[in-house]
Amino acid sequence: MSEERTGAQIICEALVRQGVELIFGIPGGAIMPFYHALPEYPQLRHVLCRHEQGAGHAAEGYARATGRVGVCVATSGPGATNLVTPIADAWMDSTPLVAITGQVTSAALGKDAFQETDITGITVPITKHNYLVTKVEDLPRVFKEAFHIAATGRPGPVLIDITKDAQQARSVPDWDVSLQLPGYRPRYHGDREQIREAIELLKGATKPLLMVGNGLIWSGAHAELRELAERTGIPVITTLHGKGAFPEDHPLSLGMPGMHGWVHVNRAIQECDVLLSIGARFDDRVTGKVSSFAPHAEVIHVDIDPAELGKNVAAQVAIVGDARSVLAALLEEMPPRDCTEWLAHIRAMQQQHQGKQRYLKRPDTPALMPHDVYQGLNAAFHARGRCRVVTDVGQHQMWAAQLIDWISPRSHITSGGSGTMGFAVPAALGAALACPDQTIWVICGDGGFQMTSQELATIKQEGITNIRIAVINNGYLGMVRQWQELFENRRYSGTPLTGPDFAMLAQAYGFKGMVVTATGQVEDAIREAWDHEGVVLIDFRVEREANVFPIVPQGQSISDMLTGVSEPAHATPGAPPPGGRA
Amino acid sequence: MKHTIVALMQDHPGVLHRVVSLFRRRGYNIDSLTVGRSELPGVSRMTIVTEGSDVDQVTRQLFRLIEVLKVVDVTESATVEREIALVKVNAPGSVRAELVACCAVFGARTADLGPSTMVIEITGEPSEVDRCLDVLRPFGIKEMMRTGRIAMIRGSLAHEAAPELRADEKPPLLALAG
Ligand SMILES: Cc1ncc(C[n+]2csc(CCOP(=O)(O)OP(=O)(O)O)c2C)c(N)n1
Ligand SMILES: [Mg+2]
Repeated sequence: MSEERTGAQIICEALVRQGVELIFGIPGGAIMPFYHALPEYPQLRHVLCRHEQGAGHAAEGYARATGRVGVCVATSGPGATNLVTPIADAWMDSTPLVAITGQVTSAALGKDAFQETDITGITVPITKHNYLVTKVEDLPRVFKEAFHIAATGRPGPVLIDITKDAQQARSVPDWDVSLQLPGYRPRYHGDREQIREAIELLKGATKPLLMVGNGLIWSGAHAELRELAERTGIPVITTLHGKGAFPEDHPLSLGMPGMHGWVHVNRAIQECDVLLSIGARFDDRVTGKVSSFAPHAEVIHVDIDPAELGKNVAAQVAIVGDARSVLAALLEEMPPRDCTEWLAHIRAMQQQHQGKQRYLKRPDTPALMPHDVYQGLNAAFHARGRCRVVTDVGQHQMWAAQLIDWISPRSHITSGGSGTMGFAVPAALGAALACPDQTIWVICGDGGFQMTSQELATIKQEGITNIRIAVINNGYLGMVRQWQELFENRRYSGTPLTGPDFAMLAQAYGFKGMVVTATGQVEDAIREAWDHEGVVLIDFRVEREANVFPIVPQGQSISDMLTGVSEPAHATPGAPPPGGRA
Repeated sequence: MKHTIVALMQDHPGVLHRVVSLFRRRGYNIDSLTVGRSELPGVSRMTIVTEGSDVDQVTRQLFRLIEVLKVVDVTESATVEREIALVKVNAPGSVRAELVACCAVFGARTADLGPSTMVIEITGEPSEVDRCLDVLRPFGIKEMMRTGRIAMIRGSLAHEAAPELRADEKPPLLALAG
């Protein structure tokens, strides 16, 4: 028999019942009753962040590293609005998140009370669902529903806004209350008939391709994917968020498509006759100009969200379902086949454009090239294993996606759909607490780092030791500068950037700080950082005007890539934009 | 092309905001929107008339809303569609008889009569309401309000509010870290 409790206690107990262990947040007036109750529930570890945006991204990092729902808490008004960016980020990247905000008392709602913000109104377009709770009796049901919605179907953020009086009122919680979600019925099992159609298409294709994204990782279907690829010999493309779904050292792995994908991958897409896409949403960064994307392909699109099917690319066979369930059903009837010729053709294109190697080959310059840093990191990741990498947004993010071999699911954590600068440091904090026995590497730019570097204090306060930070310091908002160089005649408007001495900043927070200025120092620095007992930041002072190649200019066909390899313009500042095209 | 969409949803505060937000986001204008009770307690029924290049996509996003139970684009279906208009027209004594005669043709009713005006209630297919308004216009319309259309598929085919639950659809547990 439950006894009477305050709303705040009910919230805590609901979290405990959901198996929550970590909460990231910042208190304030409207959420104080919750914070008052929190110490009574030692199962809930609260992590005090330095900015609510950091709390939101930390919860995202936790969720992406573990596959579980991340939880963040903020007060009303500015606390709640500071959560808007991570909520939008979680929405775009389908990250399960429950955001809890305090609200002014129900009598004051709508009257511009101190720190009142209509956060449920603000977050309507960026949440999977949200709740305004004014009655204590509703709390057990709302929390049950919120976690259910966040974690099932296509995962996503759910916000629960709770008035202060609902947190203070008392009630006997009914934990057996059932979900009241008649309109929420995600479909997990694909239609048998459509799955048969897909099999027929795959059997008859001469140039089939598999493309996998985030959905595959969330459904945990990597074993099924591997089985399908190996049985059929169909090559596999992994999108930015599909990285880790299929090991990139596998002979059937092709790599990343799209704006910064490899030439041979985009060429393969343009030539293929059947494209099976699983848990990927044909984002414009993948498709380029959509009307000329995969012109010869019959598309089979598998997604758990029916609203994704046919949204950007028309599908001949559109299957609503969970990636794992659909793949398992497909495997039941899919006969072995052979794609050796097709694969050989793609590998020949790769050879011609020299794929990764071409872009890894450093130009003859004494400067520290970003590529040198990535080569060092990649070697270390291979040698040491057991690590996760969290990247921010910009050039350094694309280099990481391109130049590191992604092997296992959830090892690559980044902000994709929203492209939120400032994501990496707080997300790494969440991942570090989730995976205490692994090393979490942050790879970020000097710009994005300065957006949320205050969370270093949180990392220190929580006693976290398993984070290593690589700042790819180019003194620019590099990705924007690159576009200005290539497409705007080098008008570097608003992109040159200074920063503090990052190594000294790390020291100020109580961490080890290092500076690397030459290629020869990279390997040792990474080793020293990895072997150090605590958090280390390495300030890699790289060549300022290095570029990410290949690149498909925005809005153009993925057939038209600038490769940048005809001349090493990126190594010689002042040179005209590179003219190489593929 | 104009689309008529019928949606059933839980009668919760804020649900209208969620629905309208989807159309606003795409920049689609809503021609008319009517909401009211349905045959089931706690379930509202909405008829939305809108114009847009990709209404199908919005329909699917509508269905994605947690509180939305069912969405059907009935544009191509055989439907019964009705709309009500209340019209206040100038009605000095000299024209009253003629006004009443006009109304009779459209089955419109006199809802109120004042010293110099008349309130006429027209119920019918939206196109019928249009035609009646055309006829009334020369008398001088002082005020007019239309409800927007409500629609229902003809025959026994129903989109009833009770959702069909599929027993085999149990959510698998989320994959844990590998
Ligand atoms: C919050 C936010 N503001 C602005 C942008 C636009 N933007 C995209 S990449 C980029 C440059 C990032 O610079 P830096 O962090 O130094 O990384 P780099 O590209 O130099 O590796 C900017 C400003 C963004 N993605 N997010
Ligand atoms: Mg930079």
